[in-house]
Amino acid sequence: MARAVTQQRKILNTTLAWGIGLLIFFPILWTILTSFKTEATAIADPPVFLAFDWTLENYTAVLERSNYARFLWNSIFIAGGSTLLGIIIAIPAAWSMAFVPSKRTKDILLWMLSTKMLPAVGVLYPIYLICIKMGLLDSRLALVVILMLMNLPIIVWMLYTYFREIPGEILEAARMDGASLKEEILHVLTPMAIPGIASTVLLNFILAWNEAFWTLNLTAAKAAPLTAFIASYSSPEGLFFAKLSAASTMAIAPILILGWFSQKQLVSGLTFGAVK
Amino acid sequence: MGQIKLNQVTKSFGDVQVIPPLDLTIEDGEFTVFVGPSGCGKSTLLRLIAGLEDITSGHIEIDGKDATKVPPAKRGLAMVFQSYALYPHMTVRKNIAFPMKMAGIPEDEQKRRIEGAAKALNLTDYLDRKPGQLSGGQRQRVAIGRSIVREPSAFLFDEPLSNLDAALRVGMRLEISELHERLKTTMIYVTHDQVEAMTMADKIVVLRAGYIEQVGTPLELYHTPRNEFVAGFIGSPKMNIFSGPEAAKHGVNSIGIRPEHIDVSKTEGLWEGRVGVAEHLGSDTFIHVHDTGLADMVTVRITGDIAVKHGDKIFLSPQLEQLHRFDAQGLRIA
Amino acid sequence: MATQHSRSAARIMMAPAVILLLGWMLVPLIMTLIFSFKKYLPLRGGDLGWVGFENYVRFVSSSAFWPAVWTTLIIVGGVLLITILFGVLLAILLNQPMWGQGVVRILIIAPFFVMPTVSALVWKNMFMDPTNGLFAHLWRFFGAEPVSWLSEASLSSIIMIVSWQWLPFATLILLTAIQSLDSEQLEAAEMDGAPPLKRFGYITLPHLSRAITIVLLIQTIFLLAIFAEIFVTTGGAFGTRTLTYLIFQRVLESQNVGLGSAGGVYAIILANIIAIFLMRIVGKNLDA
Repeated sequence: MARAVTQQRKILNTTLAWGIGLLIFFPILWTILTSFKTEATAIADPPVFLAFDWTLENYTAVLERSNYARFLWNSIFIAGGSTLLGIIIAIPAAWSMAFVPSKRTKDILLWMLSTKMLPAVGVLYPIYLICIKMGLLDSRLALVVILMLMNLPIIVWMLYTYFREIPGEILEAARMDGASLKEEILHVLTPMAIPGIASTVLLNFILAWNEAFWTLNLTAAKAAPLTAFIASYSSPEGLFFAKLSAASTMAIAPILILGWFSQKQLVSGLTFGAVK
Repeated sequence: MGQIKLNQVTKSFGDVQVIPPLDLTIEDGEFTVFVGPSGCGKSTLLRLIAGLEDITSGHIEIDGKDATKVPPAKRGLAMVFQSYALYPHMTVRKNIAFPMKMAGIPEDEQKRRIEGAAKALNLTDYLDRKPGQLSGGQRQRVAIGRSIVREPSAFLFDEPLSNLDAALRVGMRLEISELHERLKTTMIYVTHDQVEAMTMADKIVVLRAGYIEQVGTPLELYHTPRNEFVAGFIGSPKMNIFSGPEAAKHGVNSIGIRPEHIDVSKTEGLWEGRVGVAEHLGSDTFIHVHDTGLADMVTVRITGDIAVKHGDKIFLSPQLEQLHRFDAQGLRIA
Repeated sequence: MATQHSRSAARIMMAPAVILLLGWMLVPLIMTLIFSFKKYLPLRGGDLGWVGFENYVRFVSSSAFWPAVWTTLIIVGGVLLITILFGVLLAILLNQPMWGQGVVRILIIAPFFVMPTVSALVWKNMFMDPTNGLFAHLWRFFGAEPVSWLSEASLSSIIMIVSWQWLPFATLILLTAIQSLDSEQLEAAEMDGAPPLKRFGYITLPHLSRAITIVLLIQTIFLLAIFAEIFVTTGGAFGTRTLTYLIFQRVLESQNVGLGSAGGVYAIILANIIAIFLMRIVGKNLDA
């Protein structure tokens, strides 16, 4: 569209959009800034924006809380484990649906999606009970499995949409070239779908990292990830703004960065390809 | 070795039978072309031979052994696809090496064969590029290279030239023919283009709606088409076929005459008509003649040029010894 | 199109995902159904036998039920209204020519990636705290009395927190949809003499209707289940107890599993009604 836009229009758009953007981003920015303040500066009235003595003492304080590293490790373990497990289970399933579609493929896909709609609270007690019976309450393994199952429909769907764009002839060529099914998936399909698989991994890692129903309800001290760690700041520690900010910044920074890379996939992933 | 034998082979998708019972033998070393209009089942037939589709009933023999239930990877055949189906994430070298890697051929032997194939196909300078960086013709050559290195007992080509532009197509046609001369391996080639069929084949199989209409050498098909369909399909421009009073004069249901077997005169002849469009190719001229009372349009091909204008009156005389006669079922009458 | 061999391979390869999800769906669902017909108090005697529909009746007739339904509706409705309205406006704005569009996108999408517990806590303490929160500073600056947001205006505060989290999602989806609008359509309408507002009403909005429906359905499903935001901020007090939170309290806090399970069944039915509409839209997309 070659349309001359008046300079004033563009300046107006830019100012407005940046203004709103900064406003929406402000709570995050404020949290990051506060994490570098002393507790006294953090609650100063009037608030100090940039002109304060930057300090890392909050980060050291949070890190010294003996168990911070464990919460972090639990988050990584649960989010990473559930994503990895989900991918391993979903790749063969998505291969089947994309390249050997049958009359039932559509029904199976929709049914998978429907399991995602099941409200967690509706099955809270059974899952809780199963975990107790199997000795898996407050265990990372249980959360890996549960979050994997929760996100499996999204993983299958995303991979399915990516796989469908790969021409079937290439897989047939591999078959003609003497590749077994395993070799076909490992040497041809997977490397070709790497960008799609990467976005799927990214988005699901983020979803699992931020999941805050099962992680809050099924963990105590041992397996609790960062969501639970932050929730423990609810009170009275939450009144220490600077430390709260430092802990929050550490919990969200990696995901924020991953999230910025995967924003495009967010749309297709969470809308199951219904918006492109 | 590469004799392929189809024995009462059928294929149905659901309730739709796309290949009715079919027998066909392709001899070792032969260049066989399956030709027919789109939807005639020629690609399906090729995929049945490849093992990419199951046959519904019947048997396929490769080199005298029953291969009906053998998966594609184990049939010892190589296939070149319409879209080339190169592995986009691998370099040309790795693409060509892939089937050998799957077959567990030792590295140094792989290297030797890759270099041999690259040299034969003019790909030596491109071995470390990815398929995305190659032109259509080069991709086609890589696909061929990938299929020859595993030394298959037969090559299967599925409309390999249809994605190339006209000039490249002629060049690749010659290269594939050369390759066949050199390797003497069985080749099965699917195309809808009767020119490719005529120029490359030792044996042409004309298919329509899954049925084999005729099997023969290119010239057999040209001179003695078994029925009206083959007569109309082989040859360019198409054979003129008339029924009605003119055919009745010869005591048959319909007659056919190829455009190149009609003599033209401005003064006298058997049939009279008016010139429609005349296509001047330099070496030949195609004249489309209307109002002959035989058919909507009669196409005539004459060597060299002729000065006719749209609307001119023109006379046509068929070379009677070249006339094809067909009965009510469309079958040839000798 | 495939061979028998690959079809059976496909079934085998699909099996793990299908079986796992089937188990994940059926086992807890059946257990919930069974519990819902029992008097089941794990800490006070355990399984006390079948009681028919008593739990269902009790759950609905409890004094907490209707307020919880209202709270749920108000939160879901409020967030939907805010996110879709501002989402459309933002999407249109972001679709205009400007400098640094990519950066603005990144700024706007950021809240979606913040874990719910963090955003709830940051808002609760650093912004809404009645003595030290940023809003309190702001109010005092203008000479007003600071508000203790989460007790006095608890519902609107929660709606605002959740809207902040979900506005990015709505904006991003609507922006994606708007960008797929053929600009020639708008130019044709302009040539036909349609003023900007009419162009929006007759072309842009209908084009967005599908995306808006999807945002509506997906957000509804997620919003019905919001938990951490309430858990961390008010703990269900001050009229912020949603249906989800009520069930959670029945099951885990008061350990009345039978009653909670009956509530769970209600929640499942509610979610399914919405899900059916969503699946229709997504299913149509599969055929294309």
